[in-house]
Amino acid sequence: MTTNGGEALMRALEMEGVEVMFGLPGGAILPVYDPLLNSSIRHILVRHEQGAGHMAEGYAHATGRPGVCMVTSGPAATNIVTPLCDAYMDSIPMVAITGQVPYAAIGTDAFQECDTTGITMAVTKHNFLVTKASDIPQVIHDAFHIATTGRPGPVLVDIPKDIVDPNNPNSALEWYEPTGHDLPGYRLHPDPDPELVGRAAELILASERPVIYAGGGILKARAADALRALAELTDIHVVTTLMCRGGFPDDHPLALGMPGMHGTYTAVTAMQESDLLIALGARFDDRVTGRLDGFAPEAKVIHVDIDAAELNKVRTADVAIQGDARLAIEAIIESLKLAGAPDAQADRKGWKSTVSGWLERYPLTYDDHRPGDPLKPQHVLETIRDHSPDDTIVCSGVGQHQMWASQFWKFNHPYTWINSGGLGTMGFSVPAAIGAKVGKPDRTVWSIDGDGCFQMTAQELVTASVEKIPVKVAILNNSYLGMVRQWQEMFYEERYSEVHLSKNLPDYKGWAEAMGCVGIRVDDPDEVEPAIQRANEIDDRPVVIDFRTDATEKVFPMVPSGATNSDLMVHPSQAEERA
Amino acid sequence: MADEEGNARRLHTLVVRVENKAGVLARVAALFARRGFNIDSLAVAPIADDHFSRITIVVDVESAPLDQIIKQLDKLVNVVSIRELSPDELVERELMIITVAAGADAAALAAEHGAVVLAESGHHTMYSITGPTAAIESFEDALLPHGIVELQRTGKVALDRLDLA
Repeated sequence: MTTNGGEALMRALEMEGVEVMFGLPGGAILPVYDPLLNSSIRHILVRHEQGAGHMAEGYAHATGRPGVCMVTSGPAATNIVTPLCDAYMDSIPMVAITGQVPYAAIGTDAFQECDTTGITMAVTKHNFLVTKASDIPQVIHDAFHIATTGRPGPVLVDIPKDIVDPNNPNSALEWYEPTGHDLPGYRLHPDPDPELVGRAAELILASERPVIYAGGGILKARAADALRALAELTDIHVVTTLMCRGGFPDDHPLALGMPGMHGTYTAVTAMQESDLLIALGARFDDRVTGRLDGFAPEAKVIHVDIDAAELNKVRTADVAIQGDARLAIEAIIESLKLAGAPDAQADRKGWKSTVSGWLERYPLTYDDHRPGDPLKPQHVLETIRDHSPDDTIVCSGVGQHQMWASQFWKFNHPYTWINSGGLGTMGFSVPAAIGAKVGKPDRTVWSIDGDGCFQMTAQELVTASVEKIPVKVAILNNSYLGMVRQWQEMFYEERYSEVHLSKNLPDYKGWAEAMGCVGIRVDDPDEVEPAIQRANEIDDRPVVIDFRTDATEKVFPMVPSGATNSDLMVHPSQAEERA
Repeated sequence: MADEEGNARRLHTLVVRVENKAGVLARVAALFARRGFNIDSLAVAPIADDHFSRITIVVDVESAPLDQIIKQLDKLVNVVSIRELSPDELVERELMIITVAAGADAAALAAEHGAVVLAESGHHTMYSITGPTAAIESFEDALLPHGIVELQRTGKVALDRLDLA
């Protein structure tokens, strides 16, 4: 069947199971938007291309399926560089389609030309510049394969206009269904080495102070059930990194919460005092380890990762296993059972009682609200948590609100926490929440945002209103770039430089209403709960609540930058007790 | 990994087979730049099966461990295989062409070093030499007093020694 590149692209996307894409048309991609009208694919028209990228990420986070965005050439392509980098850092499966100037015009500085594949080389798992219409079906098939297998990541496909324009003879092709992949350099290694698995099991049995260090790979590998089985078989505590919140239920007796710079006292200290870290799909990020030469000094390390380059990159492992996290955990469980677990395990009574003591003495805490003060952001979070469904999806931006959300929410289900971990992209929350809601329309989706973050991508709430995507946004509005303010207060002698936004500008309620949302402003603690209840009842449009919060609140615990995790600063109310 | 004096060897020769596609060399070079890896020399050309090219990269492991360089390279989708050639198992050669001010007995100097006189004028002599890096550098040193006008080295290419004496 003779067809053209634009129709072939749409058909190829449909064959990959794409149901939704996020995008914005323009000159070079224009011919593709015509066959879109005849396609089964739902297209969400964004207001800024960055929004399309983050929506695709949020969709992928929530559903596990690749997020797809499509934008034109030049400035549109550069506008998705941030989402691509974000997806690359957090291993999010994503396929981005970009228009390009006609192949013959490449290199001539044509209108809206930029070197998209050159620019995105460092922020994609792989990218393609398609040069022939007949390559389109195969390249799309390859792009989805690369994005979704191994360590997932973003793949960009750059398509010159002439090969998708039916009025151009270069666009003609005979349609075919790709039957496989000709990618001789792309090999997958999902199966763990049985000998290494056996050695891991031996270390686990012998360990007296083991901790499971669960990272984002648990969620990518759909390994939450396997992780739980391992933890319960061995009775070992689990810390869940920022990328793994929800990967192990927070209400489980073995859950210690988040490790790292703003982790719980017990998660941080248990890792620090451990004699065996069982790192599963985690990458020893600097925000987790603190100063590396003082990190978990007595711990041996078992490290499981699908990406061989993560093994021994930061911390040398005693047993380094390349493989899919789920398959590796299942193999370790089998090996442990053969070796007589749990009966054959070392005595851990002392360790368990030490950990329980920490949990009891150092829970997350914050100061009580005093009459007349602004709202406590932690209280707002707890109230949203307690009045929303257990499987609510929470999306955050980056900063204090992100850390509080990760700390104070109880994540009891996988794929309920969506945030920008590696890149730390302010403005991620609102579009990611929209993407998540599109992927999971039956779930309540709360965007927990800061006022600084909100102002970066709020325009996408117009998209949400028009497309009837009823997300809920809680702005923890302290009128500051709060995390920077916290550092300036603590480490720059309260010399506040360029961190105050504005007490009353913008008018968030008015802005929300102008974008077609319900806008609510809350100053009084007594109004917090009714506002949240009201928001949770609204299901036909987005809701934005402007919570006026206390700017002096800081995120605790905290490991100061450059310090070891042994120098964790607890909440001031617990500091004396600790000394 | 260590030389006769027991020092860790800094330079390692990698043979990298890549798909012969547009932009592959840029991906390799960009990876080295972005990860802070150092390239000492790099030579690339298609092999007999022109779907593939062979890159000989001499890497300097002072900034990053060899293991990390190889694993990151291996993640590039267009990189098909990577092998380190150990110094005992490889035959390596480099080509230099060099122009110096005329003056020496060009033919004798060339013969002494195994070089070839490519061209001569009253003012300049141009030589070429192919050999192991040490031979190239020793010839360059010998020409230094004559005044080097211009030179170009290719970087190393290397093959397995196999059973060849």
